[in-house]
Amino acid sequence: MPVNAAAKTKKRLPLGMRNSLIGISFILPNFIGFFIFILIPVCFSFVLSVMKWDGFNEMTFIGLDNFRAIFGQSAFRNSLARTLTFTAVTVAITTFAALGLAVLLNKKILFKGIFRSSIFFPYIASMVSIAVVWRLMFMRNFGPINEFLRFMGVSDPPGWIATTQWALPAVMIVYIWKFMGYYMIVYLAALQDIPVELREAASIDGASGFQFFWRVAAPMLKHATFFVVMMLMINSFKSFDLIFAMTEGGPGQSTTLLSLYIYNRAFIAFDYGQTSAAALILFAIIAAATILQLRVERKMSL
Amino acid sequence: MIEKKNRALKSAVYISLIALAVITLLPLIWMLSASLKLDKDVFTIPIRWIPANPRWDNYVRIWDKVPFLQFTSNSFKLSLTVTAVQVLTSSFAAYGFAKCRFRGRDVLFFAYVSTIAIPWQVYMLPQYTMMRMMGLLDSHTGYVFMQSFIAFGVFLIRQFYRSIPDELLEAARIDGLSEYGIYFRIMLPLSKPVIATLSIFSFVNIWNDFMGPMLYFDSMGKRTIPLGIRMFLGQYSTEYGLMMAASVLSLIPVLIVFLMFQRLFVQGIATSGMKN
Repeated sequence: MPVNAAAKTKKRLPLGMRNSLIGISFILPNFIGFFIFILIPVCFSFVLSVMKWDGFNEMTFIGLDNFRAIFGQSAFRNSLARTLTFTAVTVAITTFAALGLAVLLNKKILFKGIFRSSIFFPYIASMVSIAVVWRLMFMRNFGPINEFLRFMGVSDPPGWIATTQWALPAVMIVYIWKFMGYYMIVYLAALQDIPVELREAASIDGASGFQFFWRVAAPMLKHATFFVVMMLMINSFKSFDLIFAMTEGGPGQSTTLLSLYIYNRAFIAFDYGQTSAAALILFAIIAAATILQLRVERKMSL
Repeated sequence: MIEKKNRALKSAVYISLIALAVITLLPLIWMLSASLKLDKDVFTIPIRWIPANPRWDNYVRIWDKVPFLQFTSNSFKLSLTVTAVQVLTSSFAAYGFAKCRFRGRDVLFFAYVSTIAIPWQVYMLPQYTMMRMMGLLDSHTGYVFMQSFIAFGVFLIRQFYRSIPDELLEAARIDGLSEYGIYFRIMLPLSKPVIATLSIFSFVNIWNDFMGPMLYFDSMGKRTIPLGIRMFLGQYSTEYGLMMAASVLSLIPVLIVFLMFQRLFVQGIATSGMKN
């Protein structure tokens, strides 16, 4: 590699070692922080999942008892089921909404930037502001949403976040509303990568807009779709802030997703072992879903 | 005939786009409107979008009601500090990962990347316990440490550095620049766009962060704006007008950053989306 560097360092360290030291010196400032504040806690949580510990007294090894214990709790099993529902619904609807919006915004229209910004804006607005506004909007008797529903002729609109039945759909609506703009941008970028010539060629051959989309654009959007679904899935599985700020997992347990269950185990029960066990299960689900996705993508692109 | 069909299609597109934009913005408009009302007028039926006599007073009272000035300055301080530490150390490390060769590099990078996929919930409790042992709970220092070294920053900048041809660096080496010289004189100036992207994302992220401050900041003097907004949400009485006013204020810096750097936002999302 660098010839003159070798010449200069002849009397000092061997070249390989010197290069290593330089490389490491670049990484070190970040790595020290990363190692202490992220890597150690991550590894520690793997250890804790097979331990019994309350944070103060001595740790004891208990094997898989933590996993057995949490699977024995209906609160855990229900939160798992709720998380799967939440993820399936939000991923499906957000993906479609994002794609639809991107297709609309990819047309030659006026004020494109304004439309795009308005739909994207919820993404950067703070969770807490959004959560408090939607809490008020969803109020059963006086909230603007139910007022609108009554105006539309729904005589008995749902109680939304005041009821166990409607709280989960309510948080899903807010989640989709907040995140569709982000994924719309991903799709827009992918759509803009489709060469204009292709569209022209298709229209000369007499393809309608719909045919063009279905036959030409859709296959080209495959990669973007995989990315969108994967990111959405990962983020939906671990979503916490929005739900915590809107409902704190209630009423009852109706919006306690796995992430909120973990939080409760950690900061209310202070059960380190069970917290880590549940967290690892969440991680395993995300990892499995991601790997499955990557497999499918590889297979489909062959 | 085609002309006519096209026009119909076009108006359909506009109508649906306008409808969608209105729906997305409505909660925010409602927030703005409620922030100018008395608590008793927030839920009048039908909705008055433009308050009869706007209560600008709400925007004055929030500063007395809770230490909102303190929260704001804390939010600015933390967002700026974390962004600076993250951008500096990440871009430095990214150069090491992208352009230096040494043993164990790929293993280390793998450790970084794999933590991106690990949800915070997995290590939040061990991390919290460690912070407690180090006496860093309820301190801004602890929070900055916790947030600054996430792997995403290193990953994003490394992707960018890899796209810079090695020949360029080789030429600089022949001209006698050291690796540090190359980093500061060549890479850093070239990487302005990606650094801007990371800075924006980091700033917005920390500005909006709720979970971290909720766990870590106990005393009033340490709290940030999101916690401040939640304080208006009382157990028995909620001060709607004030809460909405605080929410509107909390959106302003983010809105400014967004409007100023919109293109970088879009680029950042598009590139981080495509290169995975």
